[in-house]
Parts: sequence; structure tokens; C-alpha cells
Amino acid sequence: MPAEFGGVGRCIEPARIGLFGSVAWPPLAAKRSVEQRMSDFFQFLVSGLTVGSVYALVALGFTLIYNASDVVNFAQGEFVMLGGMVTVFASAAGVPLPLAALIAICIAVVVGLLLYWLAIEPARGASAVTVIIITIGASILLRGIAQIVFDKQFHKLPAFTGDAPVDLFGAAIQPQSFWVLGGTAVIVTLLYAFLELTLLGKAVLATAANRLAAHLVGINTRTVMALAFGGSAAIGAVAGVLITPITLTSYDVGTLLALKGFAAAMLGGMGNPLGAVAGGILIGLLESFGAGYISSTYKDAFAFIVILVVLVALPQGLFGRRAVERV
Amino acid sequence: MPPWFGHRYVTLALLAVTIGLLPLFFPSTYYFRVASLVWVSAFAAIGLNILMGQAGQVSLGHAGFFGVGAYAVAIGPTHLGIPVWAAVLAGAVISAGLAHLVGRPILRLKGHYLAIATLGLGVLVALVITTESRWTGGPDGMSVARLTLFGWRASGSSTWYWISGGLLVLGAWIALNLSETPTGRAFRALHDSEVAARVVGIDVSRFKLQAFVIASVYASIAGSMLALMNGFINPDQAGFLHSVELVTMVVLGGLGSVVGSIVGAAVLVTLPQLLTVFQEYEHLLLGLIIILSMIFMRDGIVPTISKPLARRSRA
Amino acid sequence: MKLLPAIKVHVAAGAVGLLFCQPVVAQQTVKVGSVLSVTGPASFLGEPEDKTLRMYVDKINAAGGVAGKKIELIVYDDGGDANKARTFATRLIEDDKVVAMVGGSTTGTTMAMIPVFEEAQVPFISLGGAIEIVDPVRKYVFKTPHTDKMACEKIFENLKQRKLTKIGMISGTDGFGASMRAQCTKAAPAYGIEIVAEETYGPRDSDMTAQLTKLKGAAGIQAVVNPGFGQGPAIVTRNYAQLGMTAMPLYQSHGVASKSFIELAGASAEGVRLPAAALLVGDKLPDGDPQKKVVVEYKTTYESTAKQPVSTFGGHAYDGLYVLVDAMKRANGTDSKKIRDEIEKTKGFIGTGGIVTMSTTDHLGLDLSAFRMLEIKGGDWALVQPGS
Repeated sequence: MPAEFGGVGRCIEPARIGLFGSVAWPPLAAKRSVEQRMSDFFQFLVSGLTVGSVYALVALGFTLIYNASDVVNFAQGEFVMLGGMVTVFASAAGVPLPLAALIAICIAVVVGLLLYWLAIEPARGASAVTVIIITIGASILLRGIAQIVFDKQFHKLPAFTGDAPVDLFGAAIQPQSFWVLGGTAVIVTLLYAFLELTLLGKAVLATAANRLAAHLVGINTRTVMALAFGGSAAIGAVAGVLITPITLTSYDVGTLLALKGFAAAMLGGMGNPLGAVAGGILIGLLESFGAGYISSTYKDAFAFIVILVVLVALPQGLFGRRAVERV
Repeated sequence: MPPWFGHRYVTLALLAVTIGLLPLFFPSTYYFRVASLVWVSAFAAIGLNILMGQAGQVSLGHAGFFGVGAYAVAIGPTHLGIPVWAAVLAGAVISAGLAHLVGRPILRLKGHYLAIATLGLGVLVALVITTESRWTGGPDGMSVARLTLFGWRASGSSTWYWISGGLLVLGAWIALNLSETPTGRAFRALHDSEVAARVVGIDVSRFKLQAFVIASVYASIAGSMLALMNGFINPDQAGFLHSVELVTMVVLGGLGSVVGSIVGAAVLVTLPQLLTVFQEYEHLLLGLIIILSMIFMRDGIVPTISKPLARRSRA
Repeated sequence: MKLLPAIKVHVAAGAVGLLFCQPVVAQQTVKVGSVLSVTGPASFLGEPEDKTLRMYVDKINAAGGVAGKKIELIVYDDGGDANKARTFATRLIEDDKVVAMVGGSTTGTTMAMIPVFEEAQVPFISLGGAIEIVDPVRKYVFKTPHTDKMACEKIFENLKQRKLTKIGMISGTDGFGASMRAQCTKAAPAYGIEIVAEETYGPRDSDMTAQLTKLKGAAGIQAVVNPGFGQGPAIVTRNYAQLGMTAMPLYQSHGVASKSFIELAGASAEGVRLPAAALLVGDKLPDGDPQKKVVVEYKTTYESTAKQPVSTFGGHAYDGLYVLVDAMKRANGTDSKKIRDEIEKTKGFIGTGGIVTMSTTDHLGLDLSAFRMLEIKGGDWALVQPGS
């Protein structure tokens, strides 16, 4: 595995799951049998993994763009929104579902490319904060357009293989969860294969390692950056299509997702794709186990408390590279 | 142009004159209210500018301190019976204490990691405020007792215009002066290069913490002002979106420029009011304006305008 | 160097001031203001309200207006932000000089705007849900939607009838959910209901299986109540069915009173009960029901113009507008104080929410009978027969 994809030296995540899973706290302790506790555990586990997968995909998108261009793209969540909303409206207009999903992904990619060409590229050389504000403006713009083109209601998509829950060790799992987990695994694998096994992928890795050097050896860094934006958009859109049957969609689902995806990317170590995925899944699990075993009121707090603690102990995130500061 | 034109006292005088003369243009109380909102937001933005522009750090959770100040002034008189002015002070002290406590560990982080840590802090503060409804009134917020000083009740948009305007001049004076003191110079040094600053003997972590604490006090006082002005407060004022708004004000106006923060605040507060005529297209246009401003004025509004003038005057 | 930027600020501010100048409007119109949450987390509420107000103001104007004058409707979108709402309220009163206001989609925005209207002595008919809007009664503040306290009482009444006394509650942490949760906790003992276990979820959360699993495990629960609005309740309902909990009755609040809830929740919504206005079951009402004509007419008009399923939120805006218009007709003028007095004298007004009779101590005018208990059957609303 190349350095870009992890070199996973620390296996902190499985240990954390074990820690949370083995503790059955007071709210459920008294009258629950071992069987019931097991089924609760699996319920929380799968729900955490499902939600975590969406965060992971958003975080992956963040990381891809950051690696290629040093830009933190706060409009990342809007790609997920586009994936869901375009599919909903296309299939409402009569287009069969798979084709509608494909159209949604294509539109998201176009939006990603336009974002790069019209908003990021012209600001080349501006400071990092400036570009972040540009992406924030882009996120507001995309939401404004979505309000007008679509509507402000909530929408759903039918589950791919039906609604009947599947029994897994006593927990009731929606079949769509398997699609989300499977889809995430497929995307991560495809991305890895692309980055490692194709020439274009290696060009992306080279640009991420050192943009100037890549430029010097003849890589068209602008194409690489556009590719990163397009690819990120596609990943976000696929996440949107996969998750909408479970979580519903509306024109402003993007904001919270961008927030959590960014947190996940940082937790895993900015710039590390495997770290981003691990960070996303970890946050999803923290929320689910926190709500299940501790308190549902403060479940959002657990994820952020853990992030703060991790960052204080490991300033580069879980799997981040040690940054070398040039004097 | 003579050299004293850039002097900070001239800037302050012009700011005071602007605040003083602006009401001549106001046809109704509504304008006083919008202007007061601008002054309050500008006050918070100036504080954030000290942290981001002078000391070069980043904070995506600044609205948390804003919320602390706002709720201190709400909870203090209503639940604890302390006078309002004492609550304002208490809010500032609590904000400073929180900043000091959390700042030390997280200011070791750099760049995006610091951003996420501060974001987390802001989210946690907003979460506590929303959940502890016995004290804070929960997500719908609570009403705030009016400010009374020696029997005089401060209410009405024009009163608050003068109060917030006056405090803004004071805040700007402190910020402008700060950049000329050893502390301010230390901020600029560690902004340029932390390693070099350490080499010349500057205690980098102490100064970063100072900037963070100063910024948090500014935000807390601004929050108190808003709560007293509105007579009402809710957790949105401590939320992530408000933090993003504050950062946008600072960057849009120009990082490092006190006047820039005021301009940025003015733009972001008045723009939604102006864009209401576009109804549905309001958000679209807001986003577009932000993008275009940052592309064409990438250092912020005020530096972009003043740089060519500086060049021309030197030539 | 710093002089020029300061001058720029001055000029910009002056230009901003000039931009605000509006042309003088002819005296033939009466201005009615509205601050709604058309965008943002409460757009579920604000959008149908906005559409309703506009379509009916057009209708009224086409028929000649009120007291010989056409209504000029001024709508501002606060995006769910109470601070913005407050600014727009000041703008409506100081700048646009409205004679009355129908608006305030949420309790949060309403509470922020109340001081402005009280001070300016302009009547304010709110569309927010919580009981604290009209309790304590404020001279210039009225409201049309049923209170959250009434919703709790209606649900508990039905639970008592079915002899279910131990319940679990899962509520959203938004203003509506939190407020209704507090009211239900207060009202429960009077109906002999015990809240055994409680969970909460964030209004934008996408998965509530963890919380529902805990409720499933809590001993002795016979039913579950879900205060909340927006997409949260739909997800709760879906997760509820997913976890196989449907043997226990699930009660929603009037915050989901729109067909889109049934669409979103799908088959899992079968058997869910909720208190709602008669508007949702207009065509199923017996012909003698006094509300039938009004609700059927509103539903047909709304659905044909807005091309969306009707919701009670738009219905509240309809009620608010017509209470105001009737009061203006009776006051025969545009004096805000007289209009306020006439609003308070509303008697027997038939609206979509119920039959409104206000008084000096009651600025809502509805009682528990204005709520009907509905059950979702076959993907549609059905009236629950009395005694079941």
C-alpha cells in the first residue's frame, strides 16, 4: 500500500468499538438478557456503520480535493444533496430509477467541474482562507439554486431491494443499509485501484505529493485538479443516491453533512483517504453508540469530544502524516 | 499624501464621525436597528480579526463565545438576580476563562486541525445551551431583561445605536493600538513564522492564547449587547452558521484590517436586507456575491482598495 | 492610507441608505405584513403559509379588497432566524408602516417579534405553535394554530380511552419538539399517564434506531408519542416499523399534518394516530359539519394553485388572514388599535383549524374539540370514531 493510502500503523478504531460495545450502561442494564444486549449492540453497530459510511464518502471527497489542490471544499455536502434531489425529480418525471441516478451523478460531476473552473481556478494563488470562503459562497449559491429548481419539501426514494427488514443476530436491518455499506466499499476499492493502477491516478498522487514537482515532470496539474473536483462530486452524488432511501433528502441536507464530513476528514488525518473513511465510520459509530448506551441528548457531543481529545493527543489526526515545517 | 493620514487616530476619528453623522440619513427607526446590528457584529468581527488577521490563527467556533456572553446576560438577571452590567462582566470573564482553559491544548494545532477543534468547541457550547432548557429556555430561547443603569432603562433602536456605536469606537481603538504594542508585534511575528518568532524569544503559545482570550472577550461583549438590544436570545446565535458568518465578515473585509472587519460586517448584515426584493433568488445572489467578491478582491475589500492608493501616493 | 477606506465606509453607508428609499405608495391600499420562515429549517411551515397568503390576498383583491381598499401584502423571509425576524418586524412597522401582521411561522421567531408589535401597538396574528405565545395574554398578540398543550391533551385523552397508561416519548430537540415535550410532561399526570422513558433526536438526524431500540427495551411501555415536525417524525415512523414495534400504538403530533408525511413514511405510517385539524379529512366529514364547506374549498384552491398536497400550516395562515380581514371589515378602517379590538371580538369564525371565538382572556379562540383524532389508514387520513 502506498503511503497515500494509509500505512496503517495504529489500529485504534477496532479497539474503540470493542470498548463501547462491551459496556452495557444503566439505561438498558437491569432487565436485558444477554441475547437482547447482543441484538441491541448489532442494531447500534449497523446503524452507526450506515450513517458513518455517508460521512466517510463525504470525507473522502474532501480529502480528494484537498490532496490535489489544497482546497477545503465546504460545498462538498451539496454534491450529496444533488445526488439525491436530482434522482428524485428525474424519477418523478418518469425516468427509470437507475438512469435517474446516473443522470444525477453526471449533473453533480458537471457542477463539480464548474465549481472548479469558475470559482476555484480564478482564485489561484489566493490565501487558503479566501478559498474556503469562496467554497462557502458556492455552497450558499448551490442551495439557493436548488431551492428554485427543486422545492423546499422533503423527498424520498424507494429502497433498492425493498423495505422488509433483515434479521441479523436479533437486530432489524434495512436492506438499504447493505447497499450503503457495499457501495462505500466498492467506491473505496475503485478509488484505490484508480490511484494505484492507472497512469492518471498516479498523476493525482504525484500532484498530491508535490504540485510543483508534478508540474515539472509534465503533469497537467490543472487537469488533475479538475479531475479531483469531478471525482469528488461523483463520490458525493453516489453517496446521496445510496442514502436517500434511508434518510430522505431536501435542498439543505448538505450543510450538516459537510460539517461532519470535514470533521471526519480531520479526525482521520487530512490528506489521508483511508483515514477519511476511518474517521467517517468512527464518527457514525460514536453517534450511534453514544445515543444507544449513554444519552441521546448529547450524542452529537460525543463525536466532537472524541475529536478534540484525539487532536490534542495526535495533532495530525489518527493517520495523518507528520507535517514538516519549512523554515 | 502626508504620512499621518494612515495614523490610527485619524481612522478612529473618521469612524466616530461616520457613526455620528449617519443618523442624518435615517428615515426611520428601522435603519437605527440595522446599523446597531452592524456595529455589534463589527465589534465581534474586530475581535476575531485580532485572532485571525493579526495572530494568524483560525476559529470556526467563535459564535460559541458570542453565545456565552448573550446567555450570561439572559440567565444572570433572570435566574440569579444579579444586575445586568454585572452579568455582562460575568459573561466576559466566563468566556475568557473558557478560552484560556480550552485554548492551551487546542492552539497547538495548526491550520485545518485548529479549525475543526474550534468548530467542535463552538458546537459543544451551542449544544449545551440548547439542551439545558431549565436555565436557557431551550431551542426557543429566552427573553432578556433590559439594561438599567442608575434607573435609566436602555431600550429603543436609537439608544442602542449610540451604545453599540460607542463601544465599537472603543473596541476599534483597543484593536488599533494593540497592533503597535509589543503584544501586537508578537502576534504579527508568530503569524509570519512561528519558528522564527520562537528563535527571537517570543513565547508563541502564550501569545496565541492571549489572542484567543482577547477575541473571546470581544465576542462575549458583542453577544451581551445583542441580547440586551433584542430583549431576546436563542441558541442560533451560538451556532456553527453564525461562526461561519463571523469568519466571512473578517475575510471579506480584509484579514488584519480593523476597518476591513467593520466593512465586512456592514456588507453581511445589510446585504440580506437589500436582497429581500429578489425574494426567491436571495440566497443565490448572496452566494454569488460572496464568490465574486473573493475572486476579484482576494485580500478582502479594504486591502484591495487601499493598496493601489498606497502605491500611487508613494510614486 | 486609512483615510480613504474610512471615506468609502461613509459613502457606502450613505448609498445603502439611499437604496432603501421606496416610492410613495398610493393611499388606495392597506398594508399587511408577514414575516415567514419560507427557507431554512422551518420551510416545511413557512412555504405553504407564504403560498396561501399570496393566493388569498390576490383573491380578496380581485373581489374588491377590504373596506374599499386593496390589500398590499409585504412578505419577508426570516429563514428561521429569530434575530432576522426581529429586524424584519421593525422594518414592517417603521419602514413599510403595516397596519397588522399575520406571520411568525415558528414560536422562536414569534417570541422575538412580540416586543416590537406590542410596543408599536400593531396587531400580530402569529402562526407559531407553542402556548406561551398567548399565555400570558398580550394585548396585541393573537394566534391561530392549536397549541402544543392541546395536542398533548388530545393524545392523552385518546390514550386514556384505550386504557394505555404507560408511554415512551421520543421528541425532536427543535423548538416545537422541545416545547411540546415540556407541555406533555406537565399534562400527563392529569390524565393518569406515566412517561416511563424518554429519548431525543436532532431535527436533522437521519437515523433514530438507537433511540427507538432503547424505548423498545424499556419495561412496560404501551405506546409511544413523538413530538416533532419536519422529516424527523417520518424517519422515526420508518425506523419504528423497521424495528417491529408497530404492535405498540405510535402517536404523532400535529407537526406532521400534511400528506407528505404519509408519502415519506410510506407503509410504515399505517395505524399511526395524530391530532389534527379537520382540514386533512375535509371530504370525509359528515355533511352537517360546520367546517366542511370551508376546508373543502381551501383544499381545492390550495392544491390546484400550489400543486402540492394541502397542509394545516397553510390552513393556519388562511385562518389568520381571514380573521384579520373580517376584523378590518368590522372596524371599517385601517386604524391598528380598532382592528385589534375587532380581532378580539371574533366570534364563531369558521376556519380550517376550527371555530374561533376569541375574548379578552383567550387570544386563540379554539378548544379541544377543534382537534380531530385521525388515524392513517390505507395511505390516507381517517377520522377515529369516538370511543376507540
